[in-house]
Amino acid sequence: MAHEVIISGFGGQGVMSLGQLLTYAGMLEGKNVSWLPSYGPEMRGGTANCSVIITDELVGSPIVTEATAVIAMNLPSLEKFEKTILAEGLLIINSSLVDSKTTRDDIDVIYIPANEIADELGNNRVANMVMLGAYLEKTRVVSPDSIIESLREVLGHSKEHLVPVNQEALKRGAQLVKNKG
Amino acid sequence: MAKVLMKGNEAIAEAAIQAGCRYFFGYPITPQNEIPAYMAKMLPKVGGCFLQAESEISAINMVYGAAGAGARVMTSSSSPGISLKQEGISYIVGAELPCLIVNIVRGGPGLGGIQPAQSDYFQAVKGGGHGDYHMVVLAPSSIQEMVDLVTDGFDIADKYRNPVMILGDGMLGQMMEPVEFREKKTILPEKPWATTGNKEGKPRNIINSLFIDPQGLEDHVLKLYKKYDEMKENEVRVECYNCEDAEIIIAAYGTMARIAKNVIQMAEEQGIKIGLIRPITLWPFPVDTFKKWADSHHVKAFLSLEMSMGQMVEDIRLSVDGAKPVHFYGRTGGMVPTPKAILEEIKKIREGI
Repeated sequence: MAHEVIISGFGGQGVMSLGQLLTYAGMLEGKNVSWLPSYGPEMRGGTANCSVIITDELVGSPIVTEATAVIAMNLPSLEKFEKTILAEGLLIINSSLVDSKTTRDDIDVIYIPANEIADELGNNRVANMVMLGAYLEKTRVVSPDSIIESLREVLGHSKEHLVPVNQEALKRGAQLVKNKG
Repeated sequence: MAKVLMKGNEAIAEAAIQAGCRYFFGYPITPQNEIPAYMAKMLPKVGGCFLQAESEISAINMVYGAAGAGARVMTSSSSPGISLKQEGISYIVGAELPCLIVNIVRGGPGLGGIQPAQSDYFQAVKGGGHGDYHMVVLAPSSIQEMVDLVTDGFDIADKYRNPVMILGDGMLGQMMEPVEFREKKTILPEKPWATTGNKEGKPRNIINSLFIDPQGLEDHVLKLYKKYDEMKENEVRVECYNCEDAEIIIAAYGTMARIAKNVIQMAEEQGIKIGLIRPITLWPFPVDTFKKWADSHHVKAFLSLEMSMGQMVEDIRLSVDGAKPVHFYGRTGGMVPTPKAILEEIKKIREGI
């Protein structure tokens, strides 16, 4: 099936890189992929988002208007994109920063305290990877190994030491989904 | 070589370097800034020169100078910046010099917006600067095609001693897709006409676009038009997708052609047969392809899809020449039509048939 995902949050929360890792991993697994960022004034302090498509079919438009999943890192993202999710689609909310619940009752919703878990891991910047771990566990779009391989590619040798904490963050996100079973 | 994930803008820049381009002159503007950024970082590493000019006008005149000296040279900009470059482009055509110009189009007119648009079609294909002239305009619709057309664009420019334009848009510039750089040995052609100094006492080369004698100028323009005839003969590129048995044929290029393929799939699920003609060269326009399908009995109508108020539709109407109705649907100002809205439009057209 085609996975059409919107990843959204504040600038600096790593939503663009989360999307790129996912896209890269999809490419490594031989899927057809695209990544499209929002660009413009909204990126400076406001909401940044990107659309990722991973599919066995042809990628036409890279714009996602009907999402199979939305990963919302903050409240404005939830408000903006919750309505774009297809019925029976998936919504993952960063409950560390979002107090509200979803208004949709026809979708699958997971609340992940991503920033708290990242803090526990000693690196607040891996909150995005906690969300990604949860998303992968739920959807199995690509394997966590492909994500780590992509991460190594993106980080390069000088930042190899950051790989373990990212790996751990992916696992913690996945664990939360497993526990909710 | 293995596939890599790249933004369209970065892929253009890397492709240009691999094609032997060593000179880039430009001035920043969204949404194409990754091109000069990439060039600024990479060109010095391969012995090239990146220079951020004080304006678009000086950038294009630096391109003029470098092209005159025989360099493989390019510039890039987005709509308002390309408008500023028009005078220089006209001079470069007049002086018969090769170069590559990239326009990552944004919404207009005026300063407009920064979101993707196709509203510079007229400017690109009808001669945005003054005088009787044309240039080959290439319209990629994927990042891979951007890479391939950059390479071919430089070669076409050299072959005819005429500028070539790549017409993209903000979406193609910003999006990432897997891309493969095919190993290709770049052989730069000899340029005996270039002004490279006269130490060996060879005859003087002159780069010039001034022809005071009207007969001289007419002769010159006629000579340019012979080149345009050759381009029309040799350089037309077009993709036909799903046209066999199609009752309506969509015409779209670049980003819109990608969206058209979604529409075709959706329509097929509802039992509606739609085809796509995707001009890859916007100039020379694939006139014969449109004529051929217009003469097909199963084709009832054409629909031009554009991110503009309707520009390419005029060339389609000229090509189809009244044989079949030609409809138009588009959004502008940075709005991108959705597959759903396009399918609704197609259903309306079918009701009228």
